[in-house]
Amino acid sequence: MTTLTTYIDGIGLLGPGFDDWPSSISIFTGQHPYQPRLTRLSTPLSLPAAERRRSSDIVKLTLAAGLEAVSAAGLNVSQLPSVFSASGGDGVNCHEICQMLASDDRQISPTRFHNSVHNAAAGYWSIATGAMTPSSVLCAFDASFGAGLLEAMTQAIVDCGACILLACDTPYPEPLHSVRPIQDAFGVALVLAPDRTTKSFVKISVRLTDATAARLDNAALETIRTAIPAARSLPLLIEIANRRAGSVVLDYLDTARLTISITPC
Amino acid sequence: MSSILLSNFTATSAIGCGLDETLTSLREQVCGLAACAFETVDISTFVGEVAGVDLVQLPDHLSDFNCRNNRLALLGLQQDGFANAVSEACKKYGAQRIGIFIGTSTAGILQTELAYRRRDADNCALPADFIYGTTHNTFSVADFVRNYFALTGPAVVVSSACSSSAKVFASARRMIAAGLIDAAVVGGVDSLCLTTLYGFNSLGLMSAQPCRPYDACRDGISIGEAAAFALLERAPARVADDAVLLLGIGESSDAYHMSSPHPDGRGARIAMEGALKTAHLSALDIDYINLHGTATKTNDAAEYNAVTALFGTQTPCSSTKGATGHTLGAAGSMEAIICALALQYGLLPGGLNTHQIDPILPLNYLLVNREQTVSHVLSNSFGFGGTNCSLLFGRGNTSSYEQCN
Repeated sequence: MTTLTTYIDGIGLLGPGFDDWPSSISIFTGQHPYQPRLTRLSTPLSLPAAERRRSSDIVKLTLAAGLEAVSAAGLNVSQLPSVFSASGGDGVNCHEICQMLASDDRQISPTRFHNSVHNAAAGYWSIATGAMTPSSVLCAFDASFGAGLLEAMTQAIVDCGACILLACDTPYPEPLHSVRPIQDAFGVALVLAPDRTTKSFVKISVRLTDATAARLDNAALETIRTAIPAARSLPLLIEIANRRAGSVVLDYLDTARLTISITPC
Repeated sequence: MSSILLSNFTATSAIGCGLDETLTSLREQVCGLAACAFETVDISTFVGEVAGVDLVQLPDHLSDFNCRNNRLALLGLQQDGFANAVSEACKKYGAQRIGIFIGTSTAGILQTELAYRRRDADNCALPADFIYGTTHNTFSVADFVRNYFALTGPAVVVSSACSSSAKVFASARRMIAAGLIDAAVVGGVDSLCLTTLYGFNSLGLMSAQPCRPYDACRDGISIGEAAAFALLERAPARVADDAVLLLGIGESSDAYHMSSPHPDGRGARIAMEGALKTAHLSALDIDYINLHGTATKTNDAAEYNAVTALFGTQTPCSSTKGATGHTLGAAGSMEAIICALALQYGLLPGGLNTHQIDPILPLNYLLVNREQTVSHVLSNSFGFGGTNCSLLFGRGNTSSYEQCN
């Protein structure tokens, strides 16, 4: 059974009740109780004014989580290859387009259309950071975090360099929300390095498994884990925050999960 | 990079179902574009529609996946013994050792566009028969392929607009090199829908005629649809003379604009350079470039700048979008398969609909077919968001290639 191993040099996190990685550590370690509230998204100042005006929640979420992780890793963001994994794109935009296309006036706006591509956040990221590096943009529905992790790890290992994974999801408005009930925005970014660096704080080894995915004891966090695909990462993040050596099984496809061995550096 | 063998491949587009029809159409320079009569679309444009897609029946146990995009996927999978080749690979390697990497831009969004017309008059709810996950969601096509073949390994959709199904080769190559899988089903499937037709129309990028790549009078794209697939395996020590090998890949981002390429083609040039470098080849080794060549003013001009910066103006090239239309998320794989046919049959396809090559873009743009020995070809795919990918393929008997360890 093949195992992939990389180091994590930086984490960014934004979600319901999570403002960044350092403050989330205290929640994951039990120092502070988890307090549910809506995800706080801020305007991305790193974008030029025109793009900033057009940026949607998925863009804001992706930029915030990604830039936090890169900052922690102390890397030059413009040189970093990227892997974006999202279970859907800009849900509000998708709804507006479908609504217009079902009406008598089908003339959707150019901005709506270019924001409809699944790689919109990746495009804005490259404009904001100046990164002309390769970028993989993925979707695997509920398995999107696992798919992104495998892609980012293989990229770091095979191409022999650091790479950033950005796994982000935002909700749809109604009526799509009823058929795809993602409750809030959740984004996690990991800077992965093939070799240990001065910034590395944990080593992870991943392989496919038939084992059952870990569940969380905290009911509120377990609800988030199961409702938002990017939050399937929570069991891993909790282990990392607690600096525990061990292993955890993350949800992935119905035919395979991911066993992750964790070794703090 | 270690070379990858395309041990089986197939393509279905407006110029034919399967390789025989596709090759015949290329040889006879058949244009698959026709005046748009798709659905209720009221735009004056030409499209490359695949005949018979809506007659395709999904197997009963996969009926939740029923949408135009997955019907087109199945039509494509049933050609050229591809399904049989995947079954054989499954026996050889095991169902968990074969990855699935499919490119699409819009997946089954048409299903949602149609469902929105049937929303409940009182509460706007979508109809009860609408299934989001297996139709609309971007992953649905890879999920369909995985269930169709009962494969249990890694599966993913790559969705980076018009580079999607070129980039699947890169993701699959890395996962094979990392040892997580032994083989991969890669491909691209994109089908006609209102979002792309009205979307490109809003940008003023649609031609009212069949598209004319690199023509002085080019005025926009023609949208097409396609399903193209390849089975990838590590290249063995010996391959057949006419085997098709993936020798190099280059990827980049423009970091410039969401829907316009950098005018100098900076990102495109980096992608082509990357493909040459990873294949350890020089520009002089390339016999043919299958251009991205969408037929918009700015795209062709930017690509011209990138190509000439690396190749000069003498390398034979063309865009096959005049035949198939721009198949968007399927274009990378569709054109990879056209490159595979070019290598196997020594056929450099002339570009269709182009009458007068733009004098300010003086490439060696082929207007008629050329038959010659073909050793190495490059295929370009660029997309919205400034995403670029170039693939470099070689023929078995003329390529020196690196084996996987």
